[in-house]
Amino acid sequence: MTFMQTKDLTIQFGGHTAVDHVSFTLPEKQFKSVIGPNGAGKTTFFNLLSGELKPTKGEIFYKGESLRGVSAVDRTRLGIGRSYQITNVFPNLTVFENVRLAVQSKSKIRYPFWKSAHSYHELAEETHELLKQVLLDNKAQLFASQLSHGEKRKLEIAMLLALDTEVLLLDEPTAGMSLEEVPAILNVIHSIKEQGTKTILLIEHKMDMILDLSDSIMVLFNGKLLADGTPGEIMENETVQQAYLGGY
Amino acid sequence: MELLINIFVNGLATGMLIFLLAAGLTLIFGLMDVLNFAHGGLFVWGAFAAVWTYTATDSFMLAILGALLTGVVLGFVTEKLIIAPVYGNHVQQILITLGFMLVLTEMIKVVFGPNQLAAGVPSYLAGSFEIGDVILIKYRLFIIVTGFVVFALIQFILKRTKIGLIVRAGVLNKDMVQALGIHIKKVFLYTFIAGAALAAFGGALMAPYSGVVYAEMGLEFGILAFIVVVIGGMGSLPGSLFAAILVGLAGSFMAYYVPDLSLAVNMILMAIVLIFRPQGLFAARG
Repeated sequence: MTFMQTKDLTIQFGGHTAVDHVSFTLPEKQFKSVIGPNGAGKTTFFNLLSGELKPTKGEIFYKGESLRGVSAVDRTRLGIGRSYQITNVFPNLTVFENVRLAVQSKSKIRYPFWKSAHSYHELAEETHELLKQVLLDNKAQLFASQLSHGEKRKLEIAMLLALDTEVLLLDEPTAGMSLEEVPAILNVIHSIKEQGTKTILLIEHKMDMILDLSDSIMVLFNGKLLADGTPGEIMENETVQQAYLGGY
Repeated sequence: MELLINIFVNGLATGMLIFLLAAGLTLIFGLMDVLNFAHGGLFVWGAFAAVWTYTATDSFMLAILGALLTGVVLGFVTEKLIIAPVYGNHVQQILITLGFMLVLTEMIKVVFGPNQLAAGVPSYLAGSFEIGDVILIKYRLFIIVTGFVVFALIQFILKRTKIGLIVRAGVLNKDMVQALGIHIKKVFLYTFIAGAALAAFGGALMAPYSGVVYAEMGLEFGILAFIVVVIGGMGSLPGSLFAAILVGLAGSFMAYYVPDLSLAVNMILMAIVLIFRPQGLFAARG
């Protein structure tokens, strides 16, 4: 049984085919990157996997089960979590509250709605642990709006980790970051990979980062799957080189 | 001085009643992005249910419970049948909720008859306190205290509880809440029911305050609640409390000193806020 796969996944917007018969497999605990020029359909592909868009054609399978008809919320609960290209945190909540919201959403604890959430120490402890992991524990009481762009991206990752999903879909986690901010987020992703418990699909443009992290790379071009293989195979693939150098 | 204090207490009590109506409205508006013009209908149903229960049982507590139950049931039905099909479409929301408001108003006449009903104050809340020359009517003080208690209770739920955090986050970014695996529509339903129950509770307290209940009072108070939400800021509970007190006090003082302007003062306040701070005084999102 393949952990995650798509078969002929396609979506059309009017006459435009944004994702075009993409079939891929993602083995469990593998780190796979998705690359391609702007407009290649990478984020749309993620939106299909996470359930925010419905495919025109094709199928997505997770642990052998079709995800047809499964909502975005239920896909998260099944174990597919995602981050966004555009920063998505709750600006008027504190850093702590942002992460606690994610922690409590996957928590199995059931308690009366009128009971103070502060009385459940395990929620707070887990929240602090996650904030430590992304080096934001010292900013827990700041509002998310007070964080730098790079820190907001780290906060997003902490929220994603809090969901404890088996699959992480990371959509350009370094987008909009200054060069000084990139190493910090890279370290966080490295440490997640080293723990070896997650299956990760990463969209990125920074090739050195992709080559450093990935077990495999898939290349999208005009919505089609151009190539899929190890970093070495992809780097040597002439079709990929031509696509990036403008041969298409 | 006694006169000023009495006008102040009167305005504060009216403000608190408007707050009870506006509190639900601001959360529904802020979290669900729903323009519910039928909210005043829930208020008037609460008022009639309370008067009917009070007349039948002579118990003010049962009257309040009857109003709350009516609010919960009507809130559930309204969300499921009227609101849910028009999520995301403001024009449809305005049309259908305005229509439903008329239905709720007319249904009052069908169920309770076309005439207004007299509403009495329970004996333990009747009368007044005299402090020097100042006479403070007990029931008005009761409304003021109840308003602050309800505000504190909602603030506690919003700031301290699990569901409150979801509601606050939902006001800021519904899509992101869903991305965290939370079924926001369930939260919408609970919030709507809570808002409806609050409106009905406000109606129940309003009845003895005004002495009579009539079918059209929902329309009058519904408009005031919308003005309060606009002034206070969409989704902001402290904003609604502040604006409700402001509207209550302005109405009370103007009714005494410049009666000709008393009806216009709320609109003038809203216009000033919209010109200088269109997002409202305490907007939860900018």
